[in-house]
Order: sequence, then C-alpha cells, then structure tokens
Amino acid sequence: MSETTTAKHVSFLEYKGKYKGILGWIFSTDHKRVGLLYLYTMLVFFSIAAILGLLMKIQLIAPGYTIMGPQTYNSMFTVHGIIMIFIIVVPGLPAVFGNFFLPLMIGAKDVAFPRLNLASWWIYIIGILVVLSSQFLGGWPDTGWTFYAPYSFRTPANVLPALFGAFILGFSSILTGINFVVTIHRMRAPGMTWLKMPLFPWTLYATAWIQVLATPVIGITLLLTVMERVLGVGVFDPALGGDPILYQHLFWIYSHPAVYIMILPGMGAISEILPVFSRKSIYGYKAIVLSSLAIAFVGYFVWGHHMFTSGMSGRALYAFSFLTFLVAIPSAIKVFNWVATIHKGSLNLQTPFYWATSFIFVFMIGGLTGLVLGSLATNVHVHDTHFVVAHFHFIVFGGTGYAFMAALHYWFPKMFGRMYDASWANIGWATFFGGFLTLYLPMFALGLQGMPRRYYDYLPEFHTGNIISSLGAILMIAGALIVITNLVRSSRHGEKVTGKNPWGGRTLEWESDTPPTLENWDEIPKVTEGPYDYK
Amino acid sequence: MEKHEEHTAHVHRDDEGDKLGMWLFIFTELLLFGMLFLMYAVYRHKNPEAFLLGGEELDVFIGTFNTVILLISSATVAMSITAIQRGNKKQALVLLGITLFIAVLFLVNKYFEWGAKIEYGFYPGSDLLHELGHGTTLFFGLYYIMSGIHALHILIGIGLFIYVVWQIRRDKIHSTDYVWLENTGLYWHLVDLIWIFLFPLFYLIH
Repeated sequence: MSETTTAKHVSFLEYKGKYKGILGWIFSTDHKRVGLLYLYTMLVFFSIAAILGLLMKIQLIAPGYTIMGPQTYNSMFTVHGIIMIFIIVVPGLPAVFGNFFLPLMIGAKDVAFPRLNLASWWIYIIGILVVLSSQFLGGWPDTGWTFYAPYSFRTPANVLPALFGAFILGFSSILTGINFVVTIHRMRAPGMTWLKMPLFPWTLYATAWIQVLATPVIGITLLLTVMERVLGVGVFDPALGGDPILYQHLFWIYSHPAVYIMILPGMGAISEILPVFSRKSIYGYKAIVLSSLAIAFVGYFVWGHHMFTSGMSGRALYAFSFLTFLVAIPSAIKVFNWVATIHKGSLNLQTPFYWATSFIFVFMIGGLTGLVLGSLATNVHVHDTHFVVAHFHFIVFGGTGYAFMAALHYWFPKMFGRMYDASWANIGWATFFGGFLTLYLPMFALGLQGMPRRYYDYLPEFHTGNIISSLGAILMIAGALIVITNLVRSSRHGEKVTGKNPWGGRTLEWESDTPPTLENWDEIPKVTEGPYDYK
Repeated sequence: MEKHEEHTAHVHRDDEGDKLGMWLFIFTELLLFGMLFLMYAVYRHKNPEAFLLGGEELDVFIGTFNTVILLISSATVAMSITAIQRGNKKQALVLLGITLFIAVLFLVNKYFEWGAKIEYGFYPGSDLLHELGHGTTLFFGLYYIMSGIHALHILIGIGLFIYVVWQIRRDKIHSTDYVWLENTGLYWHLVDLIWIFLFPLFYLIH
C-alpha cells in the first residue's frame, strides 16, 4: 500500500512518481530532469574528449613520436572533434539550460511536447552509442569530424558508425528545436509579450530555427556519404562522375549555421548574467534581440568561407567574404551592449560574473581572428594551419564553453538548491583561464609561422610555441578538474540555499521554488514588467 | 513506500501547437529533399544528354499509375478527416483502409519497377552503368537515392496509418480530438507532394 503525500512543495529532485531510482530519471518527462540528464551525459563525454585533447597536446610537446604515431593521432583528433561538436557543443546550452530554464523563464509548466523531449534524449544516447560502437567494430575513424569526400569513403578506417551516429544525433537536435519553437510560440505566461521575453529564451528561439532548418542538410549529406561508402552511388565520388566539392558545400551549409547553434544560446546566457551582477538593466534589449535573429539569418549565407582554397569562382569568393564581414556586425553589437551594461553598474564580483566577462574577452579574440580568416588574402596564408585551430577553439571552447560554465554557476543554486564553494570556483576559473590563454594564444603564432594542423609531427622551429601550448593544456585541464570537482561536490554537500533568489535576478525563473517543484508553479505567473527592470 | 501523487495538470492539450510542430517537421523534410533536388539540378546541368537517355529507360506507365493512385490517397485522407469531424467513425476507417491499400500498392509497384531495372543491370556499381559512363551512373544513383528515400517515407506513412486506425478503433481519436489524424494527413500530403516533383524530373523531362 503506497502512501500518497501531496507533492505541492516537493522539489523535482526528490519527487517520487511512477518509477523509482534511476528509472525515475531516464523515463521522466519533466523538463528539469531531462535537462540534468543531458548535463550528466555531457559531463562524461566532455571528460573523455578533453583527455583525448590533452593526449594530443602531450604528443605535440616535442617533434616526432612522443606518445603516439600518425594513425593514432588522426583517430584522436577525429574522435575528439566528433564528440566535442556533435555530442557536446551542438546540443550544449539548449539541451541543458534550455530544457531546464526555458519553461521556467517564460512561466510554463513544461515544454510543449514533454514526451518528445524525453525521446530526444534517448535518440541522443542511441546516437552516442552508435558513434562509440566504432571502437568495438573495427577501430576509430580517421577523417576528421568533417568527413570530407572522397577520403571518407576511400579510407580503410571504420567511418560508418561515426557517420550514422552523427546522422542519428541530428534527429535529437531537430526534435529539440521543434519543441522549443512551439513552446515559445504557445506557452508564454499571460502578459509575456515577445518583447517582454528574457534574452536567453530569445536566443534559444533563434537557435531552434537554425536547428530546424539546417540540420536536415547535414542529415542527408551524411546519409549520402553512407550510401557512397556502402553502395558506391557516385554522387560525391569523382571516379564515378560525382563532385567532392559539392560535399563540402552541403556539409558547410549545415555546419556553418551550426556554429551559431553553438554560440547563440551562450550569448543569451551572458545577456542574462551581466545585468544581474551589474545591478543594471541590460543595455539595448531590442538590439540584442534583433542581432540574434540577424545572426541566425545571415549565418546561412556564409558557408563558403570554409572553402576559400577548395576551388570556387572569384565572384563567389568575394560574396562569401563580404557576407562573413557582415555577420560579424551583429556579434559586435552584442559585445558593445554587454560592455555598456557593465559600465557604471554596481558590480557584484561572483564566479558567474568572472566567467561571463572572460567570455567577452576570449570571444572578442576569437571573433577578430575570424575576420583574418574571412579576408581572402590572409585566408590563403593561414588556411589549414594552427591559426584556424586557435580561432576555432577561442570561439567554440572560449565562447560556448565559458558561457556554459557561466550559466552553470549562475543557475547552480536554482538547479540543485545548494551553493557551490565560491573560493574553489574562483581558483578553478583563474587556473582554467590562465591555462586556456597559454594553450591557444601560441597557436596563433604557430599558424602564422606556417605550422599546418592535423599532423602528429612538426619542424623543429615550431618547438618553443608547442612546449608553451602543451604546458597550457595541462594547466587548463587542472583548472577544469578543480571547477568540475567543486561543482559535483557542491551539488551534494554544498551549503543549502533557502531563498528563491540568491543573486537578486529579475527574470521569472527566480520566482519559482529552489529547487523548483515538479510543475514549477502553483499558479501560472502573470507578467507585467520587462525582464530586466532594476530601479 | 512513499509515493507522490500523480500529476496530470501539465499534460495540457494544444491542437494548434501540435499542428505547428508538424509544420516545422515538414520544413525539415522540405530541406532534406531540397538538397537532393539541388544535387539533381547540378548533375543534370553537367550531364544533360545522359540524363535525357536515363529518363527514357524509366517506365512512364508505372510512374503515371503511381502518381494517380498517390493523388487519390491524398484525397481519401482528407476525406477521412472530414468523416471524423462529422463523427462518422466507420466511414473514416473505410477511407483510411483505402489509403493504406494504396500506400502498399505503391510500394509493390516500386518493387517490380526496381526489380526490372536491377535485372536489366541498372544498379550502382553494375558493369552496364560502368560502360554507359558517368552521367548515367549519376542519373541512376540519384534515381535510387531519391525514390528510395521517398519509399522510406511511404513506409513510415504506413506505420502512422496503422497507428491512427488502431486509435480510431479504440475511440482515442474521435470527433473532438483528431489532431493525430490531421498531422498524419499533413505528413501524407507532403509525401505526395514530393512525389509530384520526383515524377516529372525522372520520368517525363525529355
């Protein structure tokens, strides 16, 4: 005989429903539990891929064979890339914080399709298992995460599971996107007009549209590559009349917008955090909204800048270069708004604020070096060098990764009802930040000197830069270890948070219980003010 | 054992939202096939003669027949929605039965059509295509890919129709709650629409 108690003010972490224990999590349609499922999954795979990255940097600490040979190195950067891109940063903030906080921030009880939401996570897990099955079905792929034709169907290495797994992961991304668009259209609380919606949901909205409209392109491209490898249909195979450059076009038609899938929600999270810790309303709310939508739109038309040296007409080169400069403008608008938000604020120096401001710093370095790559003449010089690797990591790891950590520290008390240890969090951040800069800044110089990427070996003149970079990698991993250990420990043993609103945030999620109850609200809140009214 | 009370309040019903979700899904399908049409355009432009000859190898009769029955099936789905709205369960089931039959018939025709082509030697990697050259290889490569992915959608449609029929029989879909049937219908019209483009591109353009 089971005793039924009222669940009105039981936190979602302690709620006991139809299933018990772990089943109560992996079969839960509660958006908050689904968000945490993503978080835990990502934590595991981020650790794996980060270790692969560290091993690569140790290999590069000296020229020649240090700890691995060329084939192992090729497999490592491939698997590192596939995990980091398809399993971590593409789902990234939307899957974790979007799931957890979108309904809370717009005053809803769940997303529009809770069961579909859980299905997305399951599809995600199946995709991951298929990708990783390559380990047991004939070894790792060696194509790089881009699977360029014709190598991806000529290599004897085992590419099929990775291709097929990435295809499956795409479904998860599409379903999350559909879910969020419908949720935002249909489930905002009464009074929350479009322009009273907080900025994180706004960026999720722009992101969700990219997920819906771009992911099918990579889906069909990966499927065609599978068919090319299995059947030899000929569409990408020059030996059968196909065009491998067409593969690159299709690949980047998705994968460039995907960069904005990665960064836009991060920008949204930063736009939430800065006003709270500056005690000031966000500067230029509408400009941030419009620039998010502009990024999502213009982001579709710049894919060619990944292919400046692949063979394109001069006119196409100019157009893509011009559009690349154009897409930098909305990002710059955001940076301006963030800095103006901090300006003359009463700053509350907490860990989320450190992550957020360091985000602006690394994001600017990443963005400005992106323009070096977007200009035709300089691109030819630095194409396929370590300069590209450094730029890419400054944006994707520096941008999305820092925003992720900022968001995790910011929302941590709401998610777990406990506070992280602030001094360890700050030490972890400082170590990580220092390690990050030491790791990636020398790579710009190495790239300019001409060190190509994706080789396990290099000429002796690049030795100094690589030593610094590899030491930076060790420092950064140490920082990440401190940050993660602190968060994991604090989620169980941290100081309990009693109030609803430890940071004094003005958005709706801070009006729910800490941690929120199963249905978030006893009554759907009514919204009368804008999201950032500090007066 | 302590157990918290079941919650039902968040199982909200929003037919408009459900349809919006389906439309978004349809956008993704359009982009998926859009890329295939793009490839078709590129390769047709590069190999106009081979594509012309390739089209003449296909059986216009089977293609036309399949087009006609698929159009009829779209009509029967639309009619079944009207029948459900009017509360006529039996009529809706009959109309969906016809749709299901047509969907299966389409695949049977496809089976014989592909079988004949493969027997003749038109398949990826065959000696015949190797002799005929790049253009024909690409034409038949695209033909199998595009009509194959379309056939996969027919197969998924069959699964959806079986589910919907089952739900109607259990009275889970009825005159005041029929968004599942509507969304299945939307999906089926999309499958039909894509075929309307595939048919002339492969069979008719000479």
